[in-house]
Amino acid sequence: MEIRELICIGCPMGCPLKVELEEGKVRQVTGNTCNRGDVYARKEVTDPTRIVTTTVRVNHGEQAVVSVKTRTDIPKDKISACMEAIKKVRVDAPIKIGDVVAADIAGTGVDMVATKNISVL
Amino acid sequence: MKAYEVVIVGGGPAGLAAAIAARENGIRDILILERDGELGGILNQCIHNGFGLHTFQEELTGPEYADRFIRQVKEQNIEYKLNTMVMHIEENKKIIAMNRQDGMFELQAEAVILAMGCRERPRGALNIPGYRPAGIFSAGTAQRLVNIEGYMPGREVVILGSGDIGLIMARRMTLEGAKVKVVAELMPYSGGLKRNIVQCLDDYGIPLKLSHTVVDIHGKERVEGVTLAEVDEKGNPIPGTEEEISCDTLLLSVGLIPENELSRECGVLMDPVTRGPRVDDSLETSVPGIFACGNVLHVHDLVDFVSEEAGLAGTYAAEYVKRKKREKCDKNSGKNDGDTFREGVRIIPTGGVRYTVPQVIHPASMGDKVVVRFRVARPYRKCRIRVDINGKIVMTKKRPVMAPGEMESIVLERKKLEEYPHLQEITIQIEEA
Repeated sequence: MEIRELICIGCPMGCPLKVELEEGKVRQVTGNTCNRGDVYARKEVTDPTRIVTTTVRVNHGEQAVVSVKTRTDIPKDKISACMEAIKKVRVDAPIKIGDVVAADIAGTGVDMVATKNISVL
Repeated sequence: MKAYEVVIVGGGPAGLAAAIAARENGIRDILILERDGELGGILNQCIHNGFGLHTFQEELTGPEYADRFIRQVKEQNIEYKLNTMVMHIEENKKIIAMNRQDGMFELQAEAVILAMGCRERPRGALNIPGYRPAGIFSAGTAQRLVNIEGYMPGREVVILGSGDIGLIMARRMTLEGAKVKVVAELMPYSGGLKRNIVQCLDDYGIPLKLSHTVVDIHGKERVEGVTLAEVDEKGNPIPGTEEEISCDTLLLSVGLIPENELSRECGVLMDPVTRGPRVDDSLETSVPGIFACGNVLHVHDLVDFVSEEAGLAGTYAAEYVKRKKREKCDKNSGKNDGDTFREGVRIIPTGGVRYTVPQVIHPASMGDKVVVRFRVARPYRKCRIRVDINGKIVMTKKRPVMAPGEMESIVLERKKLEEYPHLQEITIQIEEA
Protein backbone atom coordinates (compact mmCIF):
# COMPACT_ATOMS: atom_id res chain seq x y z
CA MET A 1 0.00 0.00 0.00
CA GLU A 2 1.22 3.48 -0.89
CA ILE A 3 0.33 6.69 0.93
CA ARG A 4 0.41 10.05 -0.89
CA GLU A 5 0.18 13.35 0.96
CA LEU A 6 -1.44 16.39 -0.68
CA ILE A 7 -2.67 19.85 0.24
CA CYS A 8 -6.24 20.44 -0.88
CA ILE A 9 -6.65 23.46 -3.16
CA GLY A 10 -10.43 23.65 -2.88
CA CYS A 11 -10.46 26.57 -0.45
CA PRO A 12 -8.18 28.59 1.87
CA MET A 13 -8.33 25.91 4.60
CA GLY A 14 -5.79 23.86 2.69
CA CYS A 15 -6.61 20.54 4.38
CA PRO A 16 -3.66 18.11 4.55
CA LEU A 17 -4.93 15.07 2.65
CA LYS A 18 -3.71 11.49 2.92
CA VAL A 19 -4.53 9.15 0.06
CA GLU A 20 -4.14 5.41 0.49
CA LEU A 21 -3.36 3.71 -2.81
CA GLU A 22 -3.32 0.02 -3.61
CA GLU A 23 -2.12 -1.10 -7.02
CA GLY A 24 -2.82 2.36 -8.39
CA LYS A 25 -6.38 2.40 -7.03
CA VAL A 26 -7.53 4.81 -4.32
CA ARG A 27 -8.59 2.93 -1.21
CA GLN A 28 -9.24 5.83 1.11
CA VAL A 29 -8.89 9.61 1.41
CA THR A 30 -8.47 11.09 4.89
CA GLY A 31 -7.80 14.58 6.28
CA ASN A 32 -10.43 16.29 4.16
CA THR A 33 -13.14 18.43 5.77
CA CYS A 34 -15.56 18.32 2.87
CA ASN A 35 -16.32 16.32 -0.26
CA ARG A 36 -14.31 18.65 -2.48
CA GLY A 37 -11.13 17.35 -0.81
CA ASP A 38 -12.09 13.78 -1.63
CA VAL A 39 -12.80 14.58 -5.29
CA TYR A 40 -9.60 16.59 -5.64
CA ALA A 41 -7.43 13.91 -4.01
CA ARG A 42 -8.79 11.10 -6.20
CA LYS A 43 -8.25 13.08 -9.39
CA GLU A 44 -4.84 14.36 -8.31
CA VAL A 45 -3.36 10.92 -7.56
CA THR A 46 -4.90 9.01 -10.47
CA ASP A 47 -5.09 11.56 -13.28
CA PRO A 48 -3.45 14.91 -12.42
CA THR A 49 -4.02 17.48 -15.18
CA ARG A 50 -3.21 21.16 -15.73
CA ILE A 51 -3.98 23.86 -18.26
CA VAL A 52 -0.63 25.10 -19.60
CA THR A 53 -0.30 28.80 -20.38
CA THR A 54 2.76 30.30 -22.05
CA THR A 55 3.74 32.58 -24.95
CA VAL A 56 4.70 32.06 -28.59
CA ARG A 57 6.91 34.28 -30.78
CA VAL A 58 5.04 36.42 -33.30
CA ASN A 59 6.28 37.53 -36.74
CA HIS A 60 5.38 41.09 -37.80
CA GLY A 61 3.15 41.66 -34.77
CA GLU A 62 2.63 44.81 -32.70
CA GLN A 63 3.80 42.63 -29.81
CA ALA A 64 6.80 40.26 -29.79
CA VAL A 65 4.90 37.35 -28.27
CA VAL A 66 1.29 36.18 -28.03
CA SER A 67 -0.14 34.47 -24.96
CA VAL A 68 -1.46 30.95 -25.53
CA LYS A 69 -3.07 28.11 -23.56
CA THR A 70 -3.94 24.46 -23.98
CA ARG A 71 -7.63 24.54 -24.88
CA THR A 72 -8.35 22.05 -22.08
CA ASP A 73 -6.22 20.54 -19.32
CA ILE A 74 -3.50 18.06 -20.27
CA PRO A 75 -1.80 15.35 -18.17
CA LYS A 76 0.61 16.94 -15.71
CA ASP A 77 3.50 14.77 -16.92
CA LYS A 78 3.10 16.21 -20.43
CA ILE A 79 3.81 19.80 -19.35
CA SER A 80 7.52 19.76 -20.20
CA ALA A 81 6.95 17.99 -23.53
CA CYS A 82 4.34 20.63 -24.30
CA MET A 83 6.78 23.44 -23.46
CA GLU A 84 9.50 21.86 -25.60
CA ALA A 85 7.13 21.60 -28.57
CA ILE A 86 5.72 25.11 -28.27
CA LYS A 87 9.20 26.66 -28.03
CA LYS A 88 9.79 25.96 -31.73
CA VAL A 89 6.50 27.49 -32.90
CA ARG A 90 6.34 30.90 -34.64
CA VAL A 91 3.09 32.51 -35.73
CA ASP A 92 2.35 35.36 -38.11
CA ALA A 93 0.26 38.37 -37.08
CA PRO A 94 -2.64 39.07 -37.18
CA ILE A 95 -3.80 36.62 -34.51
CA LYS A 96 -7.25 36.36 -32.96
CA ILE A 97 -8.25 34.91 -29.60
CA GLY A 98 -9.03 31.21 -30.11
CA ASP A 99 -6.81 30.77 -33.20
CA VAL A 100 -5.04 27.41 -33.11
CA VAL A 101 -1.34 28.10 -32.70
CA ALA A 102 -0.26 24.45 -32.55
CA ALA A 103 -2.61 21.52 -33.13
CA ASP A 104 -2.39 18.38 -30.97
CA ILE A 105 0.48 19.71 -28.86
CA ALA A 106 3.03 17.04 -27.88
CA GLY A 107 0.63 14.27 -28.85
CA THR A 108 -1.89 15.17 -26.14
CA GLY A 109 -4.74 15.54 -28.59
CA VAL A 110 -5.23 19.08 -27.24
CA ASP A 111 -4.71 22.22 -29.33
CA MET A 112 -2.75 25.24 -28.15
CA VAL A 113 -4.83 28.37 -28.83
CA ALA A 114 -4.13 32.09 -28.70
CA THR A 115 -5.56 34.03 -25.74
CA LYS A 116 -4.89 37.50 -27.10
CA ASN A 117 -5.56 39.49 -30.28
CA ILE A 118 -2.36 40.70 -31.94
CA SER A 119 -2.55 42.98 -34.97
CA VAL A 120 0.09 43.52 -37.63
CA LEU A 121 2.77 46.07 -36.81
CA MET B 1 -12.36 72.90 -22.91
CA LYS B 2 -14.15 69.68 -23.78
CA ALA B 3 -16.80 68.48 -21.33
CA TYR B 4 -17.86 64.92 -20.50
CA GLU B 5 -20.49 63.55 -18.19
CA VAL B 6 -18.24 60.79 -16.81
CA VAL B 7 -14.45 60.60 -17.15
CA ILE B 8 -12.75 57.39 -16.04
CA VAL B 9 -9.08 57.46 -15.15
CA GLY B 10 -7.63 54.08 -16.06
CA GLY B 11 -8.64 51.50 -18.69
CA GLY B 12 -7.92 48.32 -16.72
CA PRO B 13 -10.54 45.93 -15.39
CA ALA B 14 -12.02 48.53 -13.02
CA GLY B 15 -12.20 51.34 -15.58
CA LEU B 16 -13.72 49.09 -18.26
CA ALA B 17 -16.45 47.71 -15.99
CA ALA B 18 -17.23 51.19 -14.62
CA ALA B 19 -17.57 52.60 -18.15
CA ILE B 20 -19.90 49.82 -19.30
CA ALA B 21 -22.10 50.23 -16.21
CA ALA B 22 -22.28 54.02 -16.64
CA ARG B 23 -23.37 53.51 -20.26
CA GLU B 24 -25.97 50.91 -19.26
CA ASN B 25 -27.34 53.47 -16.82
CA GLY B 26 -27.98 56.03 -19.51
CA ILE B 27 -24.78 58.10 -19.70
CA ARG B 28 -23.86 59.14 -23.24
CA ASP B 29 -20.66 61.17 -22.79
CA ILE B 30 -18.08 58.84 -21.30
CA LEU B 31 -14.32 59.02 -21.74
CA ILE B 32 -11.73 56.49 -20.56
CA LEU B 33 -8.17 57.80 -20.20
CA GLU B 34 -5.54 55.03 -20.33
CA ARG B 35 -1.80 55.48 -19.83
CA ASP B 36 -0.74 52.28 -21.65
CA GLY B 37 -0.98 51.59 -25.39
CA GLU B 38 -3.93 49.22 -25.01
CA LEU B 39 -6.97 48.70 -22.81
CA GLY B 40 -7.06 45.88 -20.26
CA GLY B 41 -4.45 47.02 -17.75
CA ILE B 42 -2.51 44.43 -15.82
CA LEU B 43 -4.72 41.61 -17.16
CA ASN B 44 -2.74 41.74 -20.40
CA GLN B 45 0.33 40.35 -18.71
CA CYS B 46 -1.52 37.87 -16.48
CA ILE B 47 -1.53 35.10 -19.09
CA HIS B 48 -2.30 32.30 -16.59
CA ASN B 49 -5.80 30.91 -16.24
CA GLY B 50 -8.20 31.21 -13.32
CA PHE B 51 -9.95 34.50 -14.07
CA GLY B 52 -13.69 34.90 -14.38
CA LEU B 53 -14.98 31.92 -12.38
CA HIS B 54 -17.45 34.20 -10.58
CA THR B 55 -18.32 36.51 -13.48
CA PHE B 56 -18.48 34.12 -16.43
CA GLN B 57 -18.54 30.69 -14.69
CA GLU B 58 -15.53 29.67 -16.74
CA GLU B 59 -11.81 29.81 -16.29
CA LEU B 60 -10.25 32.42 -18.55
CA THR B 61 -6.74 33.80 -18.89
CA GLY B 62 -6.18 37.48 -18.08
CA PRO B 63 -6.14 38.72 -21.70
CA GLU B 64 -9.32 36.75 -22.47
CA TYR B 65 -11.08 38.20 -19.41
CA ALA B 66 -10.05 41.71 -20.44
CA ASP B 67 -11.23 41.10 -24.00
CA ARG B 68 -14.78 40.33 -22.82
CA PHE B 69 -14.96 43.86 -21.40
CA ILE B 70 -12.98 45.58 -24.16
CA ARG B 71 -15.42 44.17 -26.73
CA GLN B 72 -18.37 45.63 -24.81
CA VAL B 73 -16.66 49.03 -24.58
CA LYS B 74 -16.16 49.00 -28.35
CA GLU B 75 -19.67 47.73 -29.11
CA GLN B 76 -21.13 50.49 -26.94
CA ASN B 77 -18.96 53.06 -28.73
CA ILE B 78 -17.49 54.28 -25.48
CA GLU B 79 -14.73 56.80 -26.23
CA TYR B 80 -11.24 56.11 -24.94
CA LYS B 81 -7.80 57.66 -25.32
CA LEU B 82 -4.69 55.45 -25.12
CA ASN B 83 -1.13 56.51 -24.32
CA THR B 84 -2.70 59.30 -22.34
CA MET B 85 -1.40 60.31 -18.94
CA VAL B 86 -3.62 62.19 -16.51
CA MET B 87 -1.46 64.81 -14.83
CA HIS B 88 -3.87 66.41 -12.41
CA ILE B 89 -7.47 66.30 -11.22
CA GLU B 90 -9.01 69.31 -9.52
CA GLU B 91 -11.68 69.24 -6.86
CA ASN B 92 -14.11 70.80 -9.35
CA LYS B 93 -13.45 67.80 -11.63
CA LYS B 94 -11.31 69.59 -14.17
CA ILE B 95 -8.76 67.13 -15.52
CA ILE B 96 -5.38 67.93 -17.05
CA ALA B 97 -3.97 65.17 -19.25
CA MET B 98 -1.44 64.78 -22.03
CA ASN B 99 -0.58 62.58 -24.97
CA ARG B 100 1.40 62.84 -28.21
CA GLN B 101 -1.52 63.81 -30.45
CA ASP B 102 -3.31 66.37 -28.29
CA GLY B 103 -0.36 67.61 -26.25
CA MET B 104 -1.43 68.94 -22.88
CA PHE B 105 -5.21 69.33 -22.66
CA GLU B 106 -8.00 70.04 -20.20
CA LEU B 107 -11.35 68.33 -19.73
CA GLN B 108 -14.32 69.16 -17.57
CA ALA B 109 -16.11 66.15 -16.06
CA GLU B 110 -19.37 66.09 -14.17
CA ALA B 111 -18.30 62.89 -12.44
CA VAL B 112 -14.86 61.27 -12.24
CA ILE B 113 -14.21 57.59 -11.56
CA LEU B 114 -10.76 56.86 -10.18
CA ALA B 115 -9.62 53.47 -11.52
CA MET B 116 -5.84 53.78 -11.60
CA GLY B 117 -5.06 50.43 -9.99
CA CYS B 118 -2.01 49.80 -7.86
CA ARG B 119 1.76 49.54 -8.06
CA GLU B 120 4.20 47.04 -6.61
CA ARG B 121 6.17 47.88 -3.50
CA PRO B 122 9.73 48.47 -4.75
CA ARG B 123 13.12 47.42 -3.37
CA GLY B 124 13.62 50.87 -1.89
CA ALA B 125 10.79 50.20 0.55
CA LEU B 126 12.47 47.11 2.00
CA ASN B 127 15.76 48.31 3.51
CA ILE B 128 17.82 45.50 2.01
CA PRO B 129 21.48 46.55 2.11
CA GLY B 130 23.90 46.05 -0.77
CA TYR B 131 24.71 47.69 -4.09
CA ARG B 132 22.15 48.35 -6.78
CA PRO B 133 23.16 45.77 -9.36
CA ALA B 134 21.11 44.86 -12.41
CA GLY B 135 18.91 41.81 -11.96
CA ILE B 136 16.51 43.00 -9.27
CA PHE B 137 12.96 43.20 -10.57
CA SER B 138 9.54 43.45 -9.09
CA ALA B 139 7.66 40.25 -9.95
CA GLY B 140 5.20 42.22 -12.08
CA THR B 141 7.99 43.85 -14.10
CA ALA B 142 9.44 40.42 -14.81
CA GLN B 143 5.95 39.25 -15.75
CA ARG B 144 5.62 42.05 -18.29
CA LEU B 145 9.10 41.37 -19.72
CA VAL B 146 8.41 37.66 -20.20
CA ASN B 147 4.75 37.70 -21.23
CA ILE B 148 4.50 40.86 -23.33
CA GLU B 149 7.98 41.96 -24.40
CA GLY B 150 9.29 38.41 -24.78
CA TYR B 151 12.50 38.80 -22.74
CA MET B 152 13.84 36.54 -20.00
CA PRO B 153 15.12 38.67 -17.10
CA GLY B 154 17.48 35.96 -15.80
CA ARG B 155 18.40 32.29 -15.49
CA GLU B 156 18.91 31.61 -11.77
CA VAL B 157 16.21 33.18 -9.67
CA VAL B 158 15.41 33.83 -6.03
CA ILE B 159 11.97 35.23 -5.23
CA LEU B 160 11.33 37.28 -2.11
CA GLY B 161 7.69 37.32 -1.06
CA SER B 162 5.07 34.66 -1.63
CA GLY B 163 2.24 36.83 -2.89
CA ASP B 164 0.36 35.44 -5.85
CA ILE B 165 2.41 37.33 -8.45
CA GLY B 166 5.61 35.89 -6.99
CA LEU B 167 4.19 32.35 -7.06
CA ILE B 168 2.87 32.73 -10.60
CA MET B 169 6.27 34.03 -11.73
CA ALA B 170 8.08 31.13 -10.04
CA ARG B 171 6.18 28.78 -12.35
CA ARG B 172 6.45 31.03 -15.39
CA MET B 173 10.24 31.43 -15.11
CA THR B 174 10.61 27.66 -14.57
CA LEU B 175 8.54 26.87 -17.68
CA GLU B 176 10.77 29.25 -19.66
CA GLY B 177 13.84 27.32 -18.57
CA ALA B 178 15.08 29.31 -15.56
CA LYS B 179 16.03 27.68 -12.28
CA VAL B 180 13.98 29.11 -9.42
CA LYS B 181 16.01 28.23 -6.35
CA VAL B 182 13.73 29.35 -3.54
CA VAL B 183 10.77 31.52 -2.63
CA ALA B 184 11.39 33.26 0.71
CA GLU B 185 8.53 34.66 2.79
CA LEU B 186 9.03 36.94 5.80
CA MET B 187 5.76 35.93 7.43
CA PRO B 188 5.13 32.48 8.95
CA TYR B 189 2.38 31.97 6.33
CA SER B 190 2.09 32.67 2.63
CA GLY B 191 0.07 35.58 1.32
CA GLY B 192 -0.77 33.59 -1.81
CA LEU B 193 -3.64 31.28 -2.66
CA LYS B 194 -3.28 27.56 -1.73
CA ARG B 195 -3.91 26.66 -5.34
CA ASN B 196 -0.91 28.73 -6.43
CA ILE B 197 1.37 27.18 -3.80
CA VAL B 198 0.46 23.70 -5.05
CA GLN B 199 0.38 24.39 -8.79
CA CYS B 200 3.23 26.91 -9.03
CA LEU B 201 5.71 25.67 -6.40
CA ASP B 202 4.95 22.04 -5.43
CA ASP B 203 4.38 20.96 -9.06
CA TYR B 204 7.91 22.07 -9.90
CA GLY B 205 9.65 21.20 -6.64
CA ILE B 206 10.39 24.84 -5.77
CA PRO B 207 11.01 25.24 -2.02
CA LEU B 208 9.04 27.82 -0.02
CA LYS B 209 10.89 29.08 3.05
CA LEU B 210 8.51 30.72 5.52
CA SER B 211 9.85 33.15 8.16
CA HIS B 212 12.86 33.88 5.92
CA THR B 213 14.05 37.05 4.25
CA VAL B 214 16.86 38.42 2.12
CA VAL B 215 19.38 40.22 4.33
CA ASP B 216 22.03 40.96 1.70
CA ILE B 217 22.31 41.22 -2.07
CA HIS B 218 25.69 40.36 -3.62
CA GLY B 219 27.14 41.70 -6.85
CA LYS B 220 28.01 45.16 -8.11
CA GLU B 221 27.13 45.19 -11.82
CA ARG B 222 24.80 42.18 -11.81
CA VAL B 223 23.24 40.23 -8.96
CA GLU B 224 25.56 37.34 -8.04
CA GLY B 225 23.66 35.99 -5.09
CA VAL B 226 21.68 36.78 -1.97
CA THR B 227 21.99 35.99 1.71
CA LEU B 228 18.86 34.47 3.20
CA ALA B 229 18.22 34.37 6.94
CA GLU B 230 15.50 33.07 9.19
CA VAL B 231 13.54 35.71 11.11
CA ASP B 232 12.03 35.68 14.61
CA GLU B 233 8.40 36.48 15.49
CA LYS B 234 9.14 40.19 15.17
CA GLY B 235 10.57 39.74 11.70
CA ASN B 236 14.18 40.35 12.79
CA PRO B 237 16.87 38.14 11.21
CA ILE B 238 18.26 35.49 13.60
CA PRO B 239 22.09 35.61 13.67
CA GLY B 240 23.70 32.34 12.63
CA THR B 241 20.90 31.30 10.26
CA GLU B 242 22.37 33.08 7.23
CA GLU B 243 22.68 31.08 4.05
CA GLU B 244 24.19 32.26 0.75
CA ILE B 245 22.40 31.40 -2.45
CA SER B 246 23.92 32.16 -5.84
CA CYS B 247 21.55 33.65 -8.41
CA ASP B 248 21.56 36.25 -11.19
CA THR B 249 18.06 37.54 -10.54
CA LEU B 250 16.02 38.56 -7.52
CA LEU B 251 12.28 39.02 -7.95
CA LEU B 252 10.32 40.98 -5.35
CA SER B 253 6.70 40.13 -4.65
CA VAL B 254 6.32 42.11 -1.48
CA GLY B 255 2.99 43.84 -1.69
CA LEU B 256 0.87 46.19 -3.74
CA ILE B 257 0.07 49.81 -3.01
CA PRO B 258 -2.89 51.67 -4.53
CA GLU B 259 -1.67 54.40 -6.88
CA ASN B 260 -3.26 57.52 -5.47
CA GLU B 261 -1.13 60.54 -6.37
CA LEU B 262 -4.02 61.97 -8.41
CA SER B 263 -6.56 61.24 -5.69
CA ARG B 264 -4.52 63.14 -3.11
CA GLU B 265 -4.16 66.14 -5.43
CA CYS B 266 -7.90 66.47 -5.83
CA GLY B 267 -8.30 66.46 -2.08
CA VAL B 268 -10.17 63.23 -1.32
CA LEU B 269 -9.85 61.88 2.22
CA MET B 270 -7.57 58.84 2.35
CA ASP B 271 -7.65 55.70 4.47
CA PRO B 272 -4.21 55.10 6.01
CA VAL B 273 -4.71 51.31 6.05
CA THR B 274 -5.95 50.68 2.50
CA ARG B 275 -3.91 53.64 1.19
CA GLY B 276 -6.90 54.30 -1.03
CA PRO B 277 -9.65 56.92 -0.83
CA ARG B 278 -12.31 56.62 1.85
CA VAL B 279 -15.64 55.94 0.18
CA ASP B 280 -19.29 55.63 1.15
CA ASP B 281 -21.81 52.95 0.11
CA SER B 282 -22.04 54.50 -3.37
CA LEU B 283 -18.21 54.32 -3.74
CA GLU B 284 -18.16 58.12 -3.73
CA THR B 285 -15.12 59.72 -2.12
CA SER B 286 -15.23 62.71 0.23
CA VAL B 287 -15.29 64.96 -2.87
CA PRO B 288 -18.82 64.87 -4.32
CA GLY B 289 -18.86 63.42 -7.83
CA ILE B 290 -15.50 61.68 -7.53
CA PHE B 291 -15.83 57.90 -7.24
CA ALA B 292 -13.22 55.16 -6.81
CA CYS B 293 -13.14 51.42 -7.54
CA GLY B 294 -10.79 48.50 -8.05
CA ASN B 295 -7.22 48.32 -6.80
CA VAL B 296 -6.86 52.08 -6.45
CA LEU B 297 -9.47 51.81 -3.69
CA HIS B 298 -8.09 48.70 -1.98
CA VAL B 299 -6.02 45.82 -3.34
CA HIS B 300 -8.21 42.89 -4.42
CA ASP B 301 -7.32 39.19 -4.85
CA LEU B 302 -9.84 38.40 -7.57
CA VAL B 303 -10.55 40.46 -10.66
CA ASP B 304 -14.17 39.29 -10.54
CA PHE B 305 -14.70 41.38 -7.42
CA VAL B 306 -12.98 44.36 -9.07
CA SER B 307 -15.44 44.16 -11.96
CA GLU B 308 -18.37 43.89 -9.57
CA GLU B 309 -17.24 46.85 -7.47
CA ALA B 310 -16.45 48.95 -10.55
CA GLY B 311 -19.86 48.19 -12.02
CA LEU B 312 -21.39 49.71 -8.91
CA ALA B 313 -19.13 52.76 -9.12
CA GLY B 314 -20.21 53.29 -12.74
CA THR B 315 -23.86 52.93 -11.78
CA TYR B 316 -23.61 55.39 -8.89
CA ALA B 317 -21.61 57.87 -10.98
CA ALA B 318 -24.42 57.72 -13.56
CA GLU B 319 -26.99 58.36 -10.84
CA TYR B 320 -24.96 61.32 -9.61
CA VAL B 321 -24.86 62.86 -13.09
CA LYS B 322 -28.61 62.38 -13.54
CA ARG B 323 -29.35 63.80 -10.09
CA LYS B 324 -27.26 66.90 -10.88
CA LYS B 325 -29.23 67.38 -14.08
CA ARG B 326 -32.52 67.18 -12.20
CA GLU B 327 -31.22 69.64 -9.61
CA LYS B 328 -30.38 72.10 -12.36
CA CYS B 329 -33.99 71.93 -13.57
CA ASP B 330 -35.49 72.08 -10.10
CA LYS B 331 -33.19 73.78 -7.64
CA ASN B 332 -34.93 72.42 -4.55
CA SER B 333 -35.16 68.72 -5.36
CA GLY B 334 -32.92 65.83 -4.41
CA LYS B 335 -30.28 65.59 -1.73
CA ASN B 336 -27.77 68.34 -1.38
CA ASP B 337 -24.35 66.79 -1.56
CA GLY B 338 -22.54 69.52 0.35
CA ASP B 339 -21.37 67.58 3.35
CA THR B 340 -23.11 64.23 3.11
CA PHE B 341 -19.92 62.17 3.29
CA ARG B 342 -19.12 63.45 6.74
CA GLU B 343 -22.72 62.97 7.90
CA GLY B 344 -22.69 59.26 7.11
CA VAL B 345 -22.41 56.43 9.62
CA ARG B 346 -18.86 55.19 10.07
CA ILE B 347 -18.04 51.50 9.88
CA ILE B 348 -15.26 50.92 12.38
CA PRO B 349 -12.90 47.96 11.89
CA THR B 350 -11.78 46.50 15.22
CA GLY B 351 -10.74 43.19 16.81
CA GLY B 352 -8.76 41.62 13.97
CA VAL B 353 -10.40 43.50 11.09
CA ARG B 354 -7.81 45.73 9.42
CA TYR B 355 -10.10 47.91 7.32
CA THR B 356 -13.46 48.02 5.64
CA VAL B 357 -14.61 49.32 2.25
CA PRO B 358 -16.83 51.29 2.29
CA GLN B 359 -15.75 53.17 5.40
CA VAL B 360 -18.98 55.21 5.60
CA ILE B 361 -22.61 54.37 4.79
CA HIS B 362 -25.77 56.45 4.45
CA PRO B 363 -28.63 54.23 5.64
CA ALA B 364 -31.21 56.76 4.39
CA SER B 365 -30.04 56.79 0.78
CA MET B 366 -28.28 53.44 0.38
CA GLY B 367 -29.61 50.54 -1.71
CA ASP B 368 -31.36 47.50 -0.19
CA LYS B 369 -28.00 46.10 0.81
CA VAL B 370 -24.37 47.04 0.80
CA VAL B 371 -21.46 44.62 0.56
CA VAL B 372 -18.76 45.55 3.06
CA ARG B 373 -15.41 44.10 2.07
CA PHE B 374 -12.54 43.76 4.53
CA ARG B 375 -9.33 41.95 5.38
CA VAL B 376 -8.25 40.29 8.62
CA ALA B 377 -4.92 41.03 10.30
CA ARG B 378 -3.76 37.40 10.73
CA PRO B 379 -4.94 33.86 9.95
CA TYR B 380 -7.98 32.68 11.96
CA ARG B 381 -9.61 29.28 12.39
CA LYS B 382 -13.09 28.46 13.66
CA CYS B 383 -14.16 32.02 14.22
CA ARG B 384 -17.05 34.33 13.49
CA ILE B 385 -17.47 37.79 12.04
CA ARG B 386 -19.43 39.99 14.45
CA VAL B 387 -21.26 43.20 13.57
CA ASP B 388 -22.32 45.62 16.33
CA ILE B 389 -24.56 48.65 16.05
CA ASN B 390 -24.35 51.24 18.82
CA GLY B 391 -22.52 48.66 20.93
CA LYS B 392 -25.05 45.81 20.50
CA ILE B 393 -24.42 42.60 18.54
CA VAL B 394 -26.74 42.57 15.52
CA MET B 395 -25.23 39.94 13.29
CA THR B 396 -22.68 37.14 13.26
CA LYS B 397 -21.34 34.97 10.48
CA LYS B 398 -19.37 31.76 11.12
CA ARG B 399 -16.13 31.28 9.23
CA PRO B 400 -14.10 28.04 9.46
CA VAL B 401 -10.96 29.82 8.27
CA MET B 402 -9.82 33.31 7.33
CA ALA B 403 -6.47 34.57 6.09
CA PRO B 404 -5.03 38.04 5.39
CA GLY B 405 -4.52 37.03 1.76
CA GLU B 406 -8.23 36.44 1.16
CA MET B 407 -10.64 39.34 1.08
CA GLU B 408 -13.74 38.79 3.21
CA SER B 409 -17.16 40.38 2.95
CA ILE B 410 -20.36 40.79 4.88
CA VAL B 411 -23.70 42.14 3.66
CA LEU B 412 -25.47 44.91 5.58
CA GLU B 413 -29.17 45.11 4.86
CA ARG B 414 -30.95 48.40 4.86
CA LYS B 415 -33.99 46.86 6.60
CA LYS B 416 -31.79 45.78 9.50
CA LEU B 417 -30.16 49.21 9.79
CA GLU B 418 -33.53 50.97 9.75
CA GLU B 419 -34.33 49.24 13.05
CA TYR B 420 -31.80 51.63 14.59
CA PRO B 421 -33.02 55.16 13.96
CA HIS B 422 -30.23 56.63 16.09
CA LEU B 423 -27.49 54.81 14.25
CA GLN B 424 -24.13 56.24 15.28
CA GLU B 425 -21.53 53.64 14.48
CA ILE B 426 -21.18 50.12 13.15
CA THR B 427 -18.26 47.98 14.24
CA ILE B 428 -16.99 44.81 12.60
CA GLN B 429 -14.72 42.39 14.44
CA ILE B 430 -13.53 38.77 14.50
CA GLU B 431 -14.23 36.49 17.43
CA GLU B 432 -12.49 33.18 17.96
CA ALA B 433 -14.47 30.23 19.34
